[in-house]
Formats: sequence, C-alpha cells, structure tokens
Amino acid sequence: MRKEITFTLNNEEVTVEVEPKWTLLYLLREVLGLTGTKEGCGYGECGACTVIIEGKAVNSCIYPVLEAEGKNITTIEGLSKNGELHVLQKAFIEKGAVQCGFCTPGMIMSAKALLDEKPNPTEDDIKEAIEGNLCRCTGYVMIIDAIKSVAAGR
Amino acid sequence: MENLKVVGKKIPKLDAPLKAAGVAQYIQDIKLPGMLYGKILYSKYPHANILKIDTSKAEKLAGVKAIVIAKDMPPNFRIGFMKDNPPLKSKKVLSIRDEIAAVAATSQEIAEEALSLIEVEYEELPGIFDPLEAMKEGAPILHEEAKSNVLKLPWRLVCGDVEKAKDESAYIAEDTFSTQWVTHCCLGTSGCIAHFDMQNNLTLYSNTQIPSLAQNDFVEALNAFGLKNRRVRIIQAVIGGGFGSKLDTYAYEYIAILLALKTKKPVKIIFTREEEFFATSPRQCTITKISQGCDKEGRLTFREVEMILDNGAYTSWGATTPSVMMLPISSLYKVPNVKYTAKCVYTNNTYCQAMRGYGNPQATFAIESNLDQLAEKADIDPLEIRRINANEPGEITPQRFKITSCGMKECIEEVAKRLNWKEKRGKDKGRGVGMASLIHVGGGARVYKSDGCGTIIKMDDFGKVDVFTGASDIGQGSDTVIAQIVAEVLGIPIEDVNVINNDTEVCPWDVGVHASRTTFVAGNAALGAANRIRQQILDAASKIFEEEPSNLDIKDSIIFSTKNSEKSIPLGKVLRRIHYTTGGKMLMAEYFYDPANENFDKEFKGNLSASYAYGTHGVEVEVDKETGKVKILNYIAAHDVGKAINPLLLEGQIYGGGLQGIGYALGEKMIYKDGRLMNGNFLDYKIPTVKDVPPIQPVIVETEEKEGPFGAKGIGEPGLVPTAPAIANAIYDAIGVRIKDLPITPEKVLAAIKAKEGEKKI
Repeated sequence: MRKEITFTLNNEEVTVEVEPKWTLLYLLREVLGLTGTKEGCGYGECGACTVIIEGKAVNSCIYPVLEAEGKNITTIEGLSKNGELHVLQKAFIEKGAVQCGFCTPGMIMSAKALLDEKPNPTEDDIKEAIEGNLCRCTGYVMIIDAIKSVAAGR
Repeated sequence: MENLKVVGKKIPKLDAPLKAAGVAQYIQDIKLPGMLYGKILYSKYPHANILKIDTSKAEKLAGVKAIVIAKDMPPNFRIGFMKDNPPLKSKKVLSIRDEIAAVAATSQEIAEEALSLIEVEYEELPGIFDPLEAMKEGAPILHEEAKSNVLKLPWRLVCGDVEKAKDESAYIAEDTFSTQWVTHCCLGTSGCIAHFDMQNNLTLYSNTQIPSLAQNDFVEALNAFGLKNRRVRIIQAVIGGGFGSKLDTYAYEYIAILLALKTKKPVKIIFTREEEFFATSPRQCTITKISQGCDKEGRLTFREVEMILDNGAYTSWGATTPSVMMLPISSLYKVPNVKYTAKCVYTNNTYCQAMRGYGNPQATFAIESNLDQLAEKADIDPLEIRRINANEPGEITPQRFKITSCGMKECIEEVAKRLNWKEKRGKDKGRGVGMASLIHVGGGARVYKSDGCGTIIKMDDFGKVDVFTGASDIGQGSDTVIAQIVAEVLGIPIEDVNVINNDTEVCPWDVGVHASRTTFVAGNAALGAANRIRQQILDAASKIFEEEPSNLDIKDSIIFSTKNSEKSIPLGKVLRRIHYTTGGKMLMAEYFYDPANENFDKEFKGNLSASYAYGTHGVEVEVDKETGKVKILNYIAAHDVGKAINPLLLEGQIYGGGLQGIGYALGEKMIYKDGRLMNGNFLDYKIPTVKDVPPIQPVIVETEEKEGPFGAKGIGEPGLVPTAPAIANAIYDAIGVRIKDLPITPEKVLAAIKAKEGEKKI
C-alpha cells in the first residue's frame, strides 16, 4: 500500500507516493533521482548516505521514509546556490579532501550540520561530527583541514 | 625546473568539484533503459559437493527474466591467473563465496526473492582452512587436476651464498612473523553493467583498474560463448576506491555478461556491503620465517626468508605477490646474500588478490621487525644499523635492480630528527620510538609483457586540448597530474586541459593502475605526446616569425621569441592560421611510453622498475600497560618521491596510505572461522575513523630522477608499507615486548606483557 507524504526537500515542497518499507535513501536515489547521496553499507555504519533532517546529520539508509513527512530535508544537491558551490564544498576541493569521492557528499553534509549548529567548532567537535563518516582514501587529515578552514573563515 | 608554472604546484584534483557537488556518476548511479538487476547465489558451505540445483520455483516468480547456472557457461571456461576458477560452480564448491546460480530480474528486490527460491542440495565435505594442514601428506586435494594443494609457482630467489654468509656473520637474528587477511573496504562497492548491442558487441560499465587487460579477458569470454570477433568496450564509471581490488576480472562480471546475453537487456550487478566483505579478494595472510645476519660493524651479511601464503580456493594475482615481496627481501638495505622461497597453498578460505603494496607490507613487516632484533643482538642503535646499511644511488642490488635516484638516507635522517630519536629512544617508561624503511617500485613494474601507457592529444583552434590517456583514476589524481604535465609543456593554463581516461573505445592501451606506476608511466606518455604537439606549434610559429623553433617558447598561451621580446603571437592565432588554409592541419599527437625496465629472468632477477621509491616512517607510541592499548603520539612519514608534481595530492597519498597502514598494524583483521567470515561488516571489521588519526607529518624528500616525468617517481603504495614494523618497533622500545603477529591488538600486547613478567619471576 503506497502512502503519500509531503516534506521540504532542498527548500522545495515535495509530495510523493512511497512504499512504507522504503528508506529515505531509496526514495532519494531510486525514485527522485538524487544520486548525490551515496549508499556505502546500507545499515548506518559508513555515513556515505548522510543528509540533514531538521538540522541534524542523519543516515538516510536506515531512516524510514514515512518519517520524512513534514520534515525539512537537505541533500548534497541542495547545497549549491545558483550553480555556485557551497563554501564547504569549495573547501573540500581546495584542501585536497576529495580522492575517490564516494564518502564526500555524506562527509560534507555531516560537516554542514556541525557548522550550522556550531560555527566555531573545536577540532574535537569536528572529529565528533564526522566520526560516523568512513573514508578509506584520505586519512581524514585534509578533511579536518577543510572543515576548519570554513569555520575559521566565518 | 625553477620556472615551472603548473608542475610542482598544489593543484586541487580536477574531478573534485563533480564529486563534492554529488554529480559524479559512480557505477551505483548509472541506469540504462530497460536495465535488469542481477544477483548471485553463493555457496552455503566452504567445501561441498553440489548434488542438485532446482531453479523451477524461482523461474516462476514474476519479474524474473533469466536464471543461470554452470551449464549456461561455456564448458571448461575458467577465469583467474591460473585459470582455476569457473565463474559458476557445477559439481563442487571450494569456498563460501563460490557462485552457484544467478538471477536477472526487473528489480533488486525480485532478484533477491528469486535467490531465496533456488533450492540447492549439498553434500558437505570436511574443509581445510589452514595452509599448514593443506600441505600435509594425505590432506584432501582441493583441485584434483592440480594433484597438490601447493600451487605450481616456483617462487625462489637465490643471490650469493647464504650458508657461507651465516658462518661468517658475527650476529644472527631469526624469528617468525605472521600477518592477517585485510580487505580494501572501498566505500563504493563492486559492480558493473553489461550491455550488448544488436551485433552482440559488449559494453561493460565497470570499476576496473585494468581496462585494457579486462577488455582482453572479456573478448576471450565472448569467444568462449561462441561470439567470435565481437568488440568489447569498457567504460569506467567514477571509481569509488580501488587499492588493488579491481586488478582482476571477477565471476560477477562474467555472470552479468551471461545474463545480459541471455536477456538481451542491460544487466547491473551491484554488491551489497556484505558481499563486498566476503565475496571480494583480500590481502593474503602470510607466515614468514626470517633470519638476517651482520658483521661486527653492523653491516648486513645475509637475509633468508621462507614464506607460506594462504592462497584460498582459487588463484588471482594474490599468488604473484611473492614477486614483489622479493623486492624488499633482496634490496631493502644493502644485503649481499639473499635466499627467498614462498609457497602459495590452496585452502577452503577466500581467495586473495592485490592490495596496496602487493606483498610488500607483509615482507617489510618481517624484515624491519627482525632488523631491530638483529640490532639488539649486535648492540647497535636501530637508527645506526639503518644508516650503515642504507641504499644509495648507483647501487646494483643482488636481484639486479639498478638504483638510480635514492633518498633513503635523507628519509632516515628526517625521521630521526623530527622524532627526536636520541632523546626519546630506550627510556622504557611506557613510551618508545621505532622506525622502518621501504623500497618499492617507483618507475613502473614490468610484471606483464608490456608496462606501457599511451596518450593521444588533440588541440582545438583556441589552444585547448583533449588528452586521451590509458591511465585510470581511482581517486589518486592521475587526471590532475597528467593535466599538469601537459599544461606545463604546452604553456597553457590547466583549465584548458581536458583529460579523458575512462573509455577503451577512445583511450589508448595501458597495463593498469597498479604498482604505483601511473604518475611515472602515464606521466611520461603525456609528456611525450605534449612535446610532440609543442614541436608542431613551434615549427608553425617559426615560419611566421622567421625564427628558429629552438628560440621560441610558449607561456600563458602566447608564443614568443626568447631572443626578441617584440616577437609574440597568441597560440590560438597560430593554430587558426595553420588550420584555415588550403591543405590546412589541426594538431594531434600520440605517444606510447614503455619504460626501459625488465621482466624477471628465470631466476627472478632483472631490473623490474625504471626507478625505485624509498621512504622511512618513524613513530612514537605510548603503551598502557594495564590495558595493552597503543596510542600513537607522533608519526613521521618521509618519502623519496623524486620530484613532487603535485604536493597536495602527494600528501593525500601519504596521509591515506599511512592511516591504512595504521589500521593494518593495530586493528583490522578479517576473522575467518572454518572458511566463514565472522566480521563482514563495518561494525565488526573496524577501519580507522577520524578519531584514529594520530598527529601525522608527511615529509617529502625530493631527489632527481632522470627517467621520471619532471623527475617524478611513484607514491601510490609506499605510504603503508613500513607502518606496521615501525609501530611494532616503537612498542618494543616502549615496553620491551615484540608482537610478531598482526594486528597488534591490546589483547596481544597485554598477553605479551604478562608473559614477559612471568619470565622475570622465573
């Protein structure tokens, strides 16, 4: 039985029919075609699927789609404005924080949720915020640098 | 060199904006019209006879378009390095990842449901899960046609006279070390899409690291399917991590091809994370017996190594890693007499493959741990014994490697200085320092018949170029390094260089992204092609200026005379002038670079690489004697890279490699129990998180490598090669116990501390 849900996605109201068993990630990727959000494990352990829901970084692969009703949700596609990348995206590029890039959208969303809540985080805050985002390429050092550079630039 | 404008600069990776924006298309993101979803049924047992496979119920499920089992594959069709692996198994399964059947359906969910409806009857057989057991007389033979569980691979290297050297050594240290299975954990799981056109030509969307060799493999497969003279095109999606995992072709790819052929639809197979853990091939575990000797002054006299590798049930490139293990065994430090033998043994475990370092991490763990043991016997500081024996430029090693550039001594000194070695070493207060060095191929590696890479460049009317390279990008940044080299040579901004690197239909041949070879080999190919275009430009401009081409140069897309500054003309203007004229021409150039390195001869000797990369890692650790927990206080990673073409990307390789090495040293282990993986998920198999990052300092030691493009050598793998022994040596310095079995878990440290205290009491 499909159900209709309405929520705000990247600043636009969306109404869509969903199967209750779907995850939010399935809706985003397979139905709405927003493939910027990645699936790295499917059970909430790698963070590649991170989106922001009501200001918090959330693993969309274990988020039941019906829970999205009425929520304000931002994905990586919602960060750039008029074709201009978000300052965090630019920092990740410039600081060398992107290698294979599969973890990058999720990592950026976790960082965004942190900076929205805490514009001047400590290094420990940064580590806390992205601890659930696994990266196998970079060794994280340049990711920390990128997030720090944005925090410092505010 | 000092006037370089693009090479040597910290230029962000060219595809990073696409990746940061979330628009880069990974294999997971690609959908083709009418595409079906494939799923594979794996064995229930690690060793069993298959009595019956019944697919009738699954066939009736709505949405199922095809089901394949072994009889649908060509008879006797085998894959892998020894051609011992049928992509679908018929009579017998030899490991838990053995493929038995596969389904193509209109959705992932239907494909999964169909798998659950396939009924397989097995007769379980006793398994062999220990290579030592498998080598015993009377052990069941896993591949009957092979007649032995020991693979027929003659890994044996002898240089000089080890027995004589033993007699003449003042000190000898001998011990046994072992390493575990670890897996790549690429964040993007494996997958492909197979698609046939109306003439049965195949397009495979792939993650492969070896597009040209994979193309050969699949042409062979199509021949076996009876499709002669068909074309195979490999299109690489953006690759979500490689680390060696994609250096072979795999059963799932052949299965996708078979399903696509049967259904006449595109078929996509994407691994779940669970499959990625148990059904891809890890770095092999090893048991290494080693002894090394030195004279009274600490000069190495010999090194003898015997190794046993668990090959698993089938054979991929993992079985050839002893060829690279020979590199540090024969040539890490100056050691005149060397003997190495290795046996790869079939078991009912998962089969192994290449993973960053290709055997070097396992070998270097034994060599560098044992070198500290030897230093202790000889009563020499571990720093000193490394200084005494360090490799030098101009050396020809016992395995006949010709060492051109070599910054090993500088790396050792950098580590000693930055770690404050003299102050910190030997204090035994729960804190200690350790170091370990590495040698790796840095100028390609002739493991295949060709070590080449091709490049084609075409230039438009405005000075912008398309560069078609065989070199694959797996996130390391070859796209950017190649663009930098081309931009530098042509005097154009990097923004005017477009690198196309993912389609065998337009890109030239390349042996693959492995052996830390891409910057060196593909870089030289790009350099060669760019130089040819440059010559064409200067020749054309020379006619306009009436000036010798050798007096002309290009900067910022302007051609000018170095003799007369008034003579200058925009590059685009020259290009248009030679294009829009009767008999006009547009500029194109190609170059195929194959380094002057050698395949090993029958004795495994020969100059494998055109240059060699060196490095030394130093670590300061603190060990909690109550918990056994090891904390890294300081980590220095010094690498001789020749010339750094892009220090930003290069440091990224060192950080990334370093942390992978730390995971290998301190925590990661695939736990197999009777052939079954017990911890195949990110909860139980822990790769390092951001909280595991120690203070880590990359040190780039630049040497001049004449063969390298702008003097560069490879850096892809070295970052994790010496990590584990450096940490093990530091732990020994801190608390006087030596862990010889990776990973160095708190439990092992604690047990070793207790054992040592027990010894004291006695």
